[in-house]
Amino acid sequence: MGGNRSRAFWPLAAFFGLFVLFLYGPTITIVVLSFQGPEGGLTFPMRGVSTHWFSNLFETQMVGDFGGSFTRSMILGAIVTVVTVVVSFMAGLAFRRRFPGAAALFYLAVASLIVPSVLISLGIGLMFRLIGEDAAWWSSGLGAHLTWTLPFGLLIMFAVFNRFSPAYEEAARDLGATPWQTIRHVVVPILLPSLIGVGLFGFTLSYDEFARSLYTAGTFNTLPLEIYGMTTNVTTPVLYALGTVTTGVSFLVIGAAIGGVVLLRRRRGG
Amino acid sequence: MTNRWSGLLLASPLALILALFLIVPIGTIVVVSFFDYDSVRMFPAFVWTNYEELFLSPITWKTYFQTLQFAAITWAICLIVGFTVAYFLAFHIASPLMQTVLFLVCTIPFWTSNVIRMISWIPFLGRNGLLNQALLGVGAIDEPLEFLLFSNFAVILAYVHLYSLFMVVPIFNSMVRIDRALIEAARDAGATEWQVLRNVVIPLARPGIMIGSILVVAVVMGDFVTVRLMSGGQSASVGLMMVNAMSLLQYPAAAANAVVLLIVVLLMIAAMLRIVDIRKEL
Repeated sequence: MGGNRSRAFWPLAAFFGLFVLFLYGPTITIVVLSFQGPEGGLTFPMRGVSTHWFSNLFETQMVGDFGGSFTRSMILGAIVTVVTVVVSFMAGLAFRRRFPGAAALFYLAVASLIVPSVLISLGIGLMFRLIGEDAAWWSSGLGAHLTWTLPFGLLIMFAVFNRFSPAYEEAARDLGATPWQTIRHVVVPILLPSLIGVGLFGFTLSYDEFARSLYTAGTFNTLPLEIYGMTTNVTTPVLYALGTVTTGVSFLVIGAAIGGVVLLRRRRGG
Repeated sequence: MTNRWSGLLLASPLALILALFLIVPIGTIVVVSFFDYDSVRMFPAFVWTNYEELFLSPITWKTYFQTLQFAAITWAICLIVGFTVAYFLAFHIASPLMQTVLFLVCTIPFWTSNVIRMISWIPFLGRNGLLNQALLGVGAIDEPLEFLLFSNFAVILAYVHLYSLFMVVPIFNSMVRIDRALIEAARDAGATEWQVLRNVVIPLARPGIMIGSILVVAVVMGDFVTVRLMSGGQSASVGLMMVNAMSLLQYPAAAANAVVLLIVVLLMIAAMLRIVDIRKEL
């Protein structure tokens, strides 16, 4: 194909390159600046190179509760991941056949994506206030995050089941497998890479969610709320160190998920 | 017949969660928007004052206009950028592996923190930022440009940075489903590349364009974080107006604004869906 590239290829490739630079450039800049020397500021030039701002980050008095909010976000992300994978998978199975209220449920899921996050946050916050419950990251916060991750999970499951041949299940049934055995030993193993993808979506969307956490996290902040608080009162590169650490965690999770999927594919290919 | 009920059973956790954390909270907002309040607390009531105050304030109209303007500009830029990127990936990258890798390169930033991605513009756009230094260096300007950071320009730049992906993904998805034989046929019939794009690709990519447009418009209409951080408090948005009312404990006022915003967003989406459907009929 290389020989007959159209004239449009190179201008489009250049545009794409600029787009990628636009996406990644700023993040790379703050990663570099987070290694600013102790005397350095929020912009270039670099005044020496150090890990001063990273150690600063872990001294709790300096920048609020980084450790605590990080732990809460990780736990919340893990819970959201599990619930999102299980619930979207079940709903995906359900939507393969017609059931009462299917259309309504589908529109509800789409609405959940479209209704602005701040409204859901506000609504859940007010709801807890009216029933006299204290909002907390593991109750109201969890629910708020699920209204964001579940519709994504459901849409991915739709795409997955559209390409999934029922022949595998019929074969299992013909061999005498119960419905549960068919799911456990046939459907889940085949769909595992997609389920990992849904889990990745669930975790990263929850771990980074700000607006839906605002009125639902309660007394203890999750990490994005902590970061947001810092943007208004921290004017040192410690902000960038925090950015580097959280982005690093995101990349680790994404890398692990992609690595897992590649490994699964390879094992199956062999 | 057991299938019907097993379907219902399997879908019930999703239905339950959405009922509890989407329907009931929105119902709560509607109810609270009719409550009365003073400086410390709100009381159950049925009054229209929250809506009256909202509609009688010129700030409301100005803020809605500003937010609509942000949404329109962001939508237009995201559409052009997203379409071009998706078109390149779908039609100019031949190997499926390369396609997947480049697609992932585009999507990975979506999985990192929005707040961090906004902050990351500071060293680039600031008064002593890279862009000003570069422009001063080549002698294009004599003193640093002030409008780069903390301005409407910065807000829109951040929106495009954060949300152009909402356009890329659905458009790419529509494009890879286009039957290549149709494009071959158009070429064989003598269509130029531009004519193929205009008469084959764009009409067939329309569902993706619509989904992307709806996502971008919805997310910008409800935003407050980007406006607050990137405008440095100099611009407003409807979301920010609500958040400010909340911080003053004026919950019913915020709720009334939320109801109006929800209606506006839903009307905009309905209008967008109508445009597509009508064109499909023609």
